[in-house]
Amino acid sequence: MAKYVIIGGSAGGIGAVEAIREVDPVGTLTVISEEKVPQYSRPMISEYVSKEATLDTMKYRGDQFWKNNNVKTLTGRTATKIDFTKKQVELDGGDKIDYEKLLIATGGKPFVPRMECGEKYGIFTFTELSSAEGIEAKLEQSKSAVVIGGGLIGVSASEALVKRGIKVTLVELKDNILNLILDKTASDMAEKVLTEAGVTVITGQTVQQILGKKDNDDTVGGVVMTDGKEIPCDLVVVAIGVIPRTDLVKETEIKINRGIVVDKSMQTSIPDVYACGDVAEAHDFLIDSNRLLPLWPLAHLGGRAAGYNMAGKKAEYEGGTVMSSLKYFELPVIAVGDVNPEDTSDYEVLVELKPEKTVYRKILLKDNRIVGFIFLGEIEKAGILFRLLKNHVDVSTIKDSLLSEEFGIVTLPEQLRQEMFVVN
Amino acid sequence: MKRVTIKEEVCIGCGLCQVYCKVEHSKSKDPIKAYLKENPKPVSRVRVETNKPHSISIRCQQCKDTPCVNACLTGAMTLNKETGLVTHDTEKCIGCWTCIMVCPYGAIKPDTSNKIVVKCDLCPDREVPACVANCPNEALVCEEVAQ
Repeated sequence: MAKYVIIGGSAGGIGAVEAIREVDPVGTLTVISEEKVPQYSRPMISEYVSKEATLDTMKYRGDQFWKNNNVKTLTGRTATKIDFTKKQVELDGGDKIDYEKLLIATGGKPFVPRMECGEKYGIFTFTELSSAEGIEAKLEQSKSAVVIGGGLIGVSASEALVKRGIKVTLVELKDNILNLILDKTASDMAEKVLTEAGVTVITGQTVQQILGKKDNDDTVGGVVMTDGKEIPCDLVVVAIGVIPRTDLVKETEIKINRGIVVDKSMQTSIPDVYACGDVAEAHDFLIDSNRLLPLWPLAHLGGRAAGYNMAGKKAEYEGGTVMSSLKYFELPVIAVGDVNPEDTSDYEVLVELKPEKTVYRKILLKDNRIVGFIFLGEIEKAGILFRLLKNHVDVSTIKDSLLSEEFGIVTLPEQLRQEMFVVN
Repeated sequence: MKRVTIKEEVCIGCGLCQVYCKVEHSKSKDPIKAYLKENPKPVSRVRVETNKPHSISIRCQQCKDTPCVNACLTGAMTLNKETGLVTHDTEKCIGCWTCIMVCPYGAIKPDTSNKIVVKCDLCPDREVPACVANCPNEALVCEEVAQ
């Protein structure tokens, strides 16, 4: 019997392993992963495709990680069923593993919308190493690509492909790229940088059909847009987003909303069963409620909290919110929280815009608390604001300084400043 | 665990800590060359903030809950369990700025020419960090803190 079983060996699974081992160095620990080398950094898939990273340099933890943490790894294996009554995980091939504490960290899967495309070679997603390797294999015979989805993954994919000399068209259904994390001004500035780097950005439309090549219908040859226009291409990347990979527990009694619902200890509705990362719906400290937040740092944090609790040390997941840091084509942007409310009448909005320097900073306040901010161009002090937002600090006395030159630890109210320099 | 803290009441905001930090982390270790000639330009890991009459010198405080380590996308930021220090591997860093987003002190800085971040490393080649050794008013203290 394994004391701890973890399904998934990425950011969340690794966080849990590290936390469990801090508390319990000896309890048997098994990690099941469909990946052969689970410990790579998924956000670095873009760097891998652009050849700025290799398989080796994109490792989130070293090759000895599992061994050093005394973990039995079942890699290249799939968990097919969980029996919560018998406390047993079934694997492909029929083997069964008993557990005392279980973590479901199966992640997300790319959302692929219905399109007329048939089975064609040249259509890829962008969240797994295998997709990146598939793209790599196709690149040599490719001159142009269409990327569907103008969110984080789509823009990452576009950047990587442009850096490899591919002509890229990025297609976003809404009116602005990165619309879930930026406002229109910031999105326009990001789009300008993309366009200058050679990406063709099309908004307000999507791909309705993927065409084959004239001489070979089994290989991607182009796309048809919603307005009927055809764009020839050799490669299509579908990067619309990820959805929780809940297949394993779908027909069970575990509580699922959009993802597996967890409390602040990361426990699911079933005792001794925990979940974290893209598969889970966990705490958001801004809206004070559960929410899907498929972000790497939060998967890791959630995994850590789960791991501590699994090993018997009480820990509370601090939560996350919509929080992104971007570096597309060297434009630094940090955007956190509610930056684009439909109706701003309840908000106070502070703005600094210096287009000639590509600097844009915006802070949104509600009831004297920071609920969102965008720092574009100048990002160094973003973390100070992040802390104020996360802790719901009343900033009424320092509001005027938030966007000033002087803003920093020194402009925080004295009590807050003192707290920061006592031993934490 | 060591860290550099500040006696806020005696900091005069002279900015020498920034200068010596930059020089210490330059190739030449010479102030003139570091400031005028080196390319890429060395980056100070210290920031002097002034809000008259207050001033304060900010750098990594080696937080115990290590938000930067937990947020790091690549594994470049780690907690050294032996020293208790937050350590940054420049080879693994891709300059994604995620650690900057979550650092409560704003103490991690973008080094845009090298496309990585930099932070206080407590000057591994020196017994006393350069900023502490050169603070004219002894406002900076390198202290041992319980881990």
